[in-house]
Amino acid sequence: MEETNMDDCEHNRESEVAPALIAVHPTQKSVAVAVGSNLRVFNLQEGCSVSLVDNSGVHMHKDSIRAIQYGAEGKLFVSAGDDKLVKIWVTDSWRCISSVSSEKRVTAVAISNDGRFVSFADKFGVIYAVEIEGSHENQSVPNKKAVPILAHYCSIITSLEFSPDGRYIISADRDFKIRVSVFPEKPSDGAHEIQSFCLGHSEFVSCLAFICNQDSQQWYLLSGGGDSTVRLWDFTCGSLLDTCHVGETGLLQSKEGIDDRLLAVTDLCATPWGSLIAVAIQSLAGVMLLSCNLSAKSLHVARVVPIPGETFIPTSLAAASSSNQLWMVMGASTLCTSHSAPLACVKVLNGFCESNQDSVEHEARVLEDKDLPGSEQLLQTLQGSSFIEKDALSAAAEAVKTAMCNLLIKKQYPSENREFRKRGRNDKRVDKKK
Amino acid sequence: MGENHTHNKKTGLPRKRFYRARAHSNPLSDSHFPIPISPCEVDYSLHYPEVVKVDPCKRIEFADVGCGFGGLLIALAPLFPDNLMIGMELRDKVTEYVKERILGLRTTNSGQYQNISVVRTNSMKYIPNYFEKGQLKKMFFLFPDPHFKEKNHRRRVISPFLLDEYAYVLAVGGIIYTITDVEELGEWMKSCLEEHPMFEALTSEELEADQVVKLLSAATEEGQKVARNGGQTFRAVFRRIVTH
Repeated sequence: MEETNMDDCEHNRESEVAPALIAVHPTQKSVAVAVGSNLRVFNLQEGCSVSLVDNSGVHMHKDSIRAIQYGAEGKLFVSAGDDKLVKIWVTDSWRCISSVSSEKRVTAVAISNDGRFVSFADKFGVIYAVEIEGSHENQSVPNKKAVPILAHYCSIITSLEFSPDGRYIISADRDFKIRVSVFPEKPSDGAHEIQSFCLGHSEFVSCLAFICNQDSQQWYLLSGGGDSTVRLWDFTCGSLLDTCHVGETGLLQSKEGIDDRLLAVTDLCATPWGSLIAVAIQSLAGVMLLSCNLSAKSLHVARVVPIPGETFIPTSLAAASSSNQLWMVMGASTLCTSHSAPLACVKVLNGFCESNQDSVEHEARVLEDKDLPGSEQLLQTLQGSSFIEKDALSAAAEAVKTAMCNLLIKKQYPSENREFRKRGRNDKRVDKKK
Repeated sequence: MGENHTHNKKTGLPRKRFYRARAHSNPLSDSHFPIPISPCEVDYSLHYPEVVKVDPCKRIEFADVGCGFGGLLIALAPLFPDNLMIGMELRDKVTEYVKERILGLRTTNSGQYQNISVVRTNSMKYIPNYFEKGQLKKMFFLFPDPHFKEKNHRRRVISPFLLDEYAYVLAVGGIIYTITDVEELGEWMKSCLEEHPMFEALTSEELEADQVVKLLSAATEEGQKVARNGGQTFRAVFRRIVTH
């Protein structure tokens, strides 16, 4: 009995490790990294670090940040996580204009395209919306209460997005589900109308992204998950258009004996027309690039861009639609080793743009630290130091992987074990009496 | 089947005492039984082998959520011979019992009971894995677990958020039937449905005209138990409507 208790403790501690996150302003004015409870922002226009101003009357984040996002126009930014606080920032002055409290830990956030609502999801599958009034004026808004608008039944929400046309709010969960709900005019009345479910993943869904058909202007959804697949959906009807198995490409064969569980897709980032889709995979030191042909509705692997010399396995990806750079971060909130400070390492891939599809294969390359925009200072701000030890990186990779498995993969008990656990039940006793 | 000691020798039906189960099951715990990835993976030939031979495109139209020992399904089967129905039950032994009961009835009544079946599942989590949008015409929630404590209200099978999913799988005009012998729960189910923008109550004339309404308490094991004890029942029957 005691042994199992100890086991549980171990699991709890490990699942507390939060991966580092990255987000880029839509026109690449700034870049934000969240690691542990730290939110670090670098102003790319002026090449300097940003100091955050918090007038909301509530403290800064006190526990791991689990989700960050810029609004579509880049005026707003939200951060939220394990401390049950959703902080809304204006990006011109980097002031926190509102801190909304949640009853439970927050796992995902999104800002509606018109910038009027912030939506967030908690660990029990409930999704809330809160209206941001006066966000464009330079004044703080009262810390409002959020209203629940929809729920996945007791499942961790892993990703939350507004569709680019603003009509739907899309939520993905640990129970293999993607729900597309009509975002109502008055969110306080709830988002009752379900447009579709996108069902096809056979493990947790971890990330969502949108791409647009340049000719028809129709938007499509991409999703990645623990089943090592990236899937393409027509989300208005929930139909699965194509599936790309990242583990079966032959490009990841270099490491022997990798089982599928280690190839969970952890993040996705696509160019707007979908000609390049960057995929972060749990055991891949680098990024995989997929290409999507929307007229043929097919997804295929373009290539793998390795990151040489280091164990750099990105935990989060981001790109601004206006630039050709893919931002990657790897890191973890806490590590078991002597490093007490949270660790984050930032890399940039150049040549992440539409035209790069077939022609100039070699152009997509990872920048040297010294070639980064803002170079030394950028790394100082976002990483906390300009140099990161190799050992710390591999420890972070391991910690993030274990945490993700514990959080999102269902525990499998062997059937004998399950029977043993039921031994004291009344319905079992009947069998014995006869 | 005859030599099976858990079955009645004369009727070939399973004997309930060999399928005794706990009255409650935790809907929040992780499931370890197989679940179809999507509605197109539900194996109809397994559930309705005879029907599939004739019409392979036929879909399930009635769902009895938390079907218990299957009394309602068995009463409905001859009344709606052209509609496929499924019972959904979380407790494994109870599901097993209903499965055996249906197989037994199919053997002794040739050609009948081919339109009903049962599946072990957690319908609070996996309803959209079984049914497409607007597929169902009727959904039944009969004598559900009351979950009295306020902290357990989120375990109730009728709740504001789950109604969104039921509205999704029900066709416009489809009907949701609920009944309970617990007054507090009856009030709760009624108010959840009243406040939901995609449901409206049936009028008393409509209730009178619907032959299924009478079966809610008469056909189910729980309903008969309540009647034996002279208890009261509380019912809420609502129609899925178009949203504005």
